[in-house]
Amino acid sequence: MDNERYQDLHAPKDVSPFEFLLEHLASGELVMSVTLDLSDEALLDRLQRAAFDYFPQTVNPLNGLVADTSRDNSPVSIAVVGFALSSYPVAVERGWMSRADAIQLSLAALRFFRDSDQSGGPEATGYKGFYYHFLDINTGIRVWRSELSMVDTALLIAGMLTVGRYFAANSREEIELRELVEMLYLRIDWRWSQGGTATIRLGWKPECGFLNYGWDGYHEAIVMYVLAMGSPTHPLTGYCYDAWTTNYQWENLYGHDFLCAGPLFVHQFSHAWIDFRGIQDRFMREKRCDYFENSRRATRVQREYARRNPKGFAGYDENCWGLSAGDGPRNEQMHGPNKGRYLLGYTGRGVPHGPDDGTLSGPAALASLPFAPEIVLQTTRNMMARYPEMLPDFRFSSGFNPTLNGADGRAWVSSGHYGLDQGIVVMMIENHRTQLIWRLMRDCPYAGSGLRSAGFRGGWLHG
Amino acid sequence: MTHPNALHLATPQDEPERQRLENVHPAGWRNPQPADRYNLVVVGAGTAGLVAAHGAAALGAKVALIERNLLGGDCLNVGCVPSKTIIRTSRLYAEMRNAGQFGAQTPADIPIDFSTVMQRMRGVRARISRADSVHRLIAAGVDVFFGEARFTGTDSLTVDGAKLRFKKALIATGARPDTPAIPGLSEAGYLTNENVFDLTELPRRLLVIGGGPLGCELAQAFSRLGAKTVIAQDWPLFLPKEERDAAQLLSDAFARDSIDVRLNTKVVKVRVEGGEKLVDLVSADYKSTVAVDAILTGTGRVPNVDGLDLEAASVEYDNKTGIRVDDFLQTSNPRIYAAGDACLEHKFTHTADASARVAIRNALFFGRQRFSVLTIPWCTYTDPEIAHVGLYARQALEGNIPLKTFTIPMHDVDRAIADGEETGFVKIHVKERTDRILGATIVTRHAGEMINEISLAMVAGIGLSTLARVIHAYPTQAEAIKKAADAYNRTRLTPFIQSLLQRWLRW
Repeated sequence: MDNERYQDLHAPKDVSPFEFLLEHLASGELVMSVTLDLSDEALLDRLQRAAFDYFPQTVNPLNGLVADTSRDNSPVSIAVVGFALSSYPVAVERGWMSRADAIQLSLAALRFFRDSDQSGGPEATGYKGFYYHFLDINTGIRVWRSELSMVDTALLIAGMLTVGRYFAANSREEIELRELVEMLYLRIDWRWSQGGTATIRLGWKPECGFLNYGWDGYHEAIVMYVLAMGSPTHPLTGYCYDAWTTNYQWENLYGHDFLCAGPLFVHQFSHAWIDFRGIQDRFMREKRCDYFENSRRATRVQREYARRNPKGFAGYDENCWGLSAGDGPRNEQMHGPNKGRYLLGYTGRGVPHGPDDGTLSGPAALASLPFAPEIVLQTTRNMMARYPEMLPDFRFSSGFNPTLNGADGRAWVSSGHYGLDQGIVVMMIENHRTQLIWRLMRDCPYAGSGLRSAGFRGGWLHG
Repeated sequence: MTHPNALHLATPQDEPERQRLENVHPAGWRNPQPADRYNLVVVGAGTAGLVAAHGAAALGAKVALIERNLLGGDCLNVGCVPSKTIIRTSRLYAEMRNAGQFGAQTPADIPIDFSTVMQRMRGVRARISRADSVHRLIAAGVDVFFGEARFTGTDSLTVDGAKLRFKKALIATGARPDTPAIPGLSEAGYLTNENVFDLTELPRRLLVIGGGPLGCELAQAFSRLGAKTVIAQDWPLFLPKEERDAAQLLSDAFARDSIDVRLNTKVVKVRVEGGEKLVDLVSADYKSTVAVDAILTGTGRVPNVDGLDLEAASVEYDNKTGIRVDDFLQTSNPRIYAAGDACLEHKFTHTADASARVAIRNALFFGRQRFSVLTIPWCTYTDPEIAHVGLYARQALEGNIPLKTFTIPMHDVDRAIADGEETGFVKIHVKERTDRILGATIVTRHAGEMINEISLAMVAGIGLSTLARVIHAYPTQAEAIKKAADAYNRTRLTPFIQSLLQRWLRW
């Protein structure tokens, strides 16, 4: 671990301990230095709790909808609602939220979606069982002329199925909760979402119909195909999954054989719900690998890219990486030798072909914890020690850019927090610690059926 | 085609231009007296036609070559040659602006004299036209006819009032730009590859419609020469046939060049107001209008099959896909073959060349050479260049061929680092658990030069493992290929073999 800045936090002789504390408590560096002395388990607990707290802080308790970001006037992202729902069982298990509160928030969301306008109009909430990507947090109607999003609906429904498996008691409320989950899942018309093509379309808009491209090639959307193929009411057929895999590319890069995709989140999102350890579809059987092992290799490829640091960005090394989807400093300017370098806003950064503008994602690195804990923990500690500013309120910001530093020498940091980042951190830390989410979804018959329809065999699917 | 009235489109009749025309269509030309019968009549004197005519004549055949316009066809006159010449100049300007990246001083002022750029292009074109000249054809014994060819039967045609009888014929009439059906486009005027090189003045603002090879190359070139350029592509990525990583790198490069990239965007309407062209664009539900001074279309090419009276020769054809040929390039009339853009899906100069060689071998010597067995590379000459040969990964998956790709990013190649040309990669596809090369994609500044090594290996049946034994000069960017081969060899070091080696090396 790079302790250079950590060691700087010992009070100089000419400064009183009180003044020293005042100065550094304000910056959070002292808190960080103390925290980094925690055991791995305690550190993960603190990071996971801080990430989870995003949800109770940004949820609208009346309808269970959760803001996309902590910034003012943020709309709801339906995917973030899915992550929030998936996080409630974690919070109940860890005593961060009462079971009753978790049920109430879940029910509020489920009832909202049940009652929402499904007409597909420009100001509705959804259509054909799918939902618009961004909604108003109070009214739940579409905002930003956003698309009816297939993958974000899948992440939302995965969260619903998670709470449906967790709240399994025979109380009136938990029975209602499960019935709502069932109804909302079964009404999704996955076949319609193909738009007459082999693959699920990326989206649909009332103004123009289906967007003109579909989900194929390796992306974060395996869970979407699994849930679509497991549907007893509107299932996709097997050839759709074949079409999804058609653009797969098995590459040897930096000495690792893996199914290549640049941004780290692609290797994580579906894994938040599905335990891919030991189960294989046709492609992975042929490659003698599985998607879990693939994500482990992708994590190592990220690390190797940062070690090589071809663009010479500040901070990058084997313990400081994480190129993924996230916010970036598009409206800023680099100075000095980096003047004129191209900066991006919220986008999917990736390796090895970019884009790479020197912006890293702390939560993306940490969310690889289940795959490669030995390097992820080391990296997380190192990044926290060197760039404590990237964790305002001990919660990961969406992105930080050490090359773009201010007068105080601190890295540029994305303002506020993004719900997707917090959700993936909560879930992947939990999967690393107890496999809770994986266990819940392993018992979900729709997920199991979808996996089998997609050709997955072996491992726990035989259990 | 409608010429945009606001643009200067008259090619200056300077000395290079006079030389070119003297080579490719001399003023006052008089067609020769036809022979009684030709072994081979070639219709069309583009790349395929010229290769066939020279090749057949060299083998002793009596050959007639018919051209309605300019010898050399698109490639020489309005295609590869002028575009690559302009691209070279545009690269130089891009480098001047990025001089600081190379430790050099960026000039304070980088003026662009477009007329000088085009003057150089004409000079280069004129020089290269010598190889395609009518004088060389005459010297080779070819009878050259200028005029419109029309078949009059299964073994005869007419040109300029003269009747030519043949034992065999080759149709190599090429292709022309496929103009998109956009309301108002014709009225507003537009450029294609057929007239863009006649420009004498750089359009201040340019819209390029289409993100295929032509559109991408010229959008980048004109942008670098100073035109404020928008490129609209009705697809999520440029070059949709290429690898996604390649197309993504190209999008990133365009953004760095300050090209206004409009993907998933349809051009729906064009109108002229106040002397400027207003173009309505639609991307999903997002509508916008751009104001430009010129519009360049690069939306594909259609084969030239009209006006030939092919029915009289019993030659089947389709207006979109061209002359129907079998794998031996024979048409529905056994006497008549076809080659080049008139009949092929891949409309490249080198494909036309290769197909012409196959066609004359099969036509004149009863050969049975199949076109489909040829290994044909191609390259889009953007910066970085995008070159490909053989199978794409998705084609292998569709064919249930297990594939593994060895990827070397150019940032791992010393010469690329030294050259400041680290954008891109070499990807070599091999059949899984073998070293048999099935294809490759190379994206880098000189990808077109580097792909030839892979083509050679594929044609000669050289495996990737053997390429590791080929000593590559250091430092060269082609060393990336050797690195991929080394990576392949490392995968052969299984844990079992490693343990055996370790045991052996205990001495």
